[in-house]
Amino acid sequence: MLQFISKRLLAMLLTMFAVSFVAFAIIQLPPGDFLTSYMASLAATGEQVDPKVIENLRAQYGLGEPYLVQYWKWISGVVVGNFGQSFEWKRPVWELIWGRIGNSLLLEGLAVVAMWLVALPIGIYAAVRKYSLGDYLATIGGFIGLAIPNFFFALILMYLSFIWFGKTMGGLFSPGFEDAHWSLPRIWDFLSHAWAPILVLATGGTAELIRILRANLLDELQKPYVTTARAKGLPEWKVILKYPVRLALNPLVSTIGWLLPALVSGSVIVSVVMNLPTAGPMLLRSLTTQDMYLAGAIILLLSILTVVGTMISDVLLALIDPRIRYGGK
Amino acid sequence: MALDTLDQMATRPKARAVRESQLGLMWRRFKRHKLALVSLWIVTGFYLVALLAEFIAPLDPSAYNPRYTYAPPQGIHFVSTDADGRWNFGPYVYGYKTEIDPVALRRTFVIDEETKIPVQLFVESKPYMLAGVIPMSVKLFGVTEPRAPLYVLGADRLGRDLLSRLIHGTRISLSIGLAGVTLSLFFGIIIGGFSGYYGGWFDSAVMRVIEFIRSMPTIPLWLGLAAAMPKDWSALQTYFAITLILSLIGWTELARVVRGRFLSLRTEDFVTAAQLDGASDWRIITRHMVPSFMSHIIAAATLAVPGMILAETALSFLGLGLQAPIVSWGTLLQDAQNIRTLATAPWLLVPGICVVIVILSLNFFGDGLRDAADPHGR
Repeated sequence: MLQFISKRLLAMLLTMFAVSFVAFAIIQLPPGDFLTSYMASLAATGEQVDPKVIENLRAQYGLGEPYLVQYWKWISGVVVGNFGQSFEWKRPVWELIWGRIGNSLLLEGLAVVAMWLVALPIGIYAAVRKYSLGDYLATIGGFIGLAIPNFFFALILMYLSFIWFGKTMGGLFSPGFEDAHWSLPRIWDFLSHAWAPILVLATGGTAELIRILRANLLDELQKPYVTTARAKGLPEWKVILKYPVRLALNPLVSTIGWLLPALVSGSVIVSVVMNLPTAGPMLLRSLTTQDMYLAGAIILLLSILTVVGTMISDVLLALIDPRIRYGGK
Repeated sequence: MALDTLDQMATRPKARAVRESQLGLMWRRFKRHKLALVSLWIVTGFYLVALLAEFIAPLDPSAYNPRYTYAPPQGIHFVSTDADGRWNFGPYVYGYKTEIDPVALRRTFVIDEETKIPVQLFVESKPYMLAGVIPMSVKLFGVTEPRAPLYVLGADRLGRDLLSRLIHGTRISLSIGLAGVTLSLFFGIIIGGFSGYYGGWFDSAVMRVIEFIRSMPTIPLWLGLAAAMPKDWSALQTYFAITLILSLIGWTELARVVRGRFLSLRTEDFVTAAQLDGASDWRIITRHMVPSFMSHIIAAATLAVPGMILAETALSFLGLGLQAPIVSWGTLLQDAQNIRTLATAPWLLVPGICVVIVILSLNFFGDGLRDAADPHGR
């Protein structure tokens, strides 16, 4: 097990390294360097720029030096938590994003939990009562859930809530709770706002999970050990829950690994539509204003979180399935 | 008794050896999948609309009319009763009258059931080029009365006809799906083919790269790349740049499919036989291997189209994909981003319904193709 984890950790570090390269490439993509745009924006507002400050920044980011040197200066800052300066907000990037990244993480985590909570009972039901009305409903609902784009679903929810309840949906907190400390009323307020984005985010993944769980379980239910369990006189719920469901869950755990990138992608769009204080809207804004260090940091962090999430799901899978722990891959 | 049956057996004509082409077999199997068949018709319909956009769209998609901002959908009616209570058949739309909204104190349009504007098929129009090549001056339908409004699906902020815009957007959105998949297929077949046929270090390197790309969240990546597009690029340049950006990630899935097929076929007897016959690698690949899995590749490519369409829609919706003068489903939905706008003009959501229908149909169609690709299986 230890060997497995250390192998995966190594692979994860390599992936993170590659991710950081991609993020830095995106920072470098727009024409001109960020200091030129920074100075242009300062000049536009009529502020005086101390040439010494500019010279310091130029040295700090290694502008004008070869690509690898610049990358090295950037990444060595990132490792200690210095993501550079946002020239639009004139503040360090980390100060701006840590709260928002936290919100993103919270939302995505809750969406994963919601996916499992919904998909598990429905998937089991659909497999056990194969070709029943409920099974068909689950299949149809699943297909629609997969086909409906996240942002379109969010728009429809917002429209319906406006028409039926006269409320505009959006944000994660009511105005009074934004900066308050966590307390019961604040959690309640959060949940009353967050259910909608969570619902939107979880729909596609839930549909996928139900489909996989149903297929896995159908395979398992035909096996002789199920018949044996029944013949032994075990109550039906025990027959199903104790063995086949446990086996059918294994592939599901690994599913989380590749659902995660889609989930992070989705949360960016949904947050923009529903105006949530997560990393999504900030990423979009920083990209349109070419605030590249901010954008690069967000892309880097979102990708790294995805990679870490995938790695956790891999380790979980190895924990529950010895075949993966011991067998080759 | 027994002799009789023997006699019958002897006189019964021998079963003829029936041969059917691979395509015929696939089609027969595909037809069994009813949902896929229906989806095929829907998809074909949408692509026909995309092809004939100028002919079907009643108005110019960019023709604005400030007199009819946010005019509600008229729909098309077919049966009317005249003053004597007799029934008349023939398509028509209702006109509009304006009312002042007592709360918002703003002019709104309501359908006026008093005025009826007849709709005719094949009306004369200003000359135009169908798909940019065939000169024509007839539209599928329209109104002949001068200055009469025709907003079957309603109008947008500038009084442009949503239906016409939707039809022209269909052309862009559907073609970008095809173009993106074609490009992905090109990369996918070359890279996946190399890696599957030759294996070795190249194969493992390619697989690591694919795994890496697939572990990244796509939207932030696409956004980052799309934001780097120069703002002064022409519509055509943006279109191709977006296609390229989408296929940068899209090729991975197709390369994986191609590689898998190559790997499983590489050890087949007929390939070994061809190798022993001294056939060149190129000949083995193009004459022996590719034909035997082409249908699988086509099915996989079909299943990749909806993802491309969704991605373009999402990017354009966020404002970093195709830009304003180009009409696509994504740019159309961008108008619906604001909840206030949505409350006054919910019909702006119609492009989203088109997205859902097309994605669903393409998925079912692709599933059917995948099953049919192996007509002897199961």
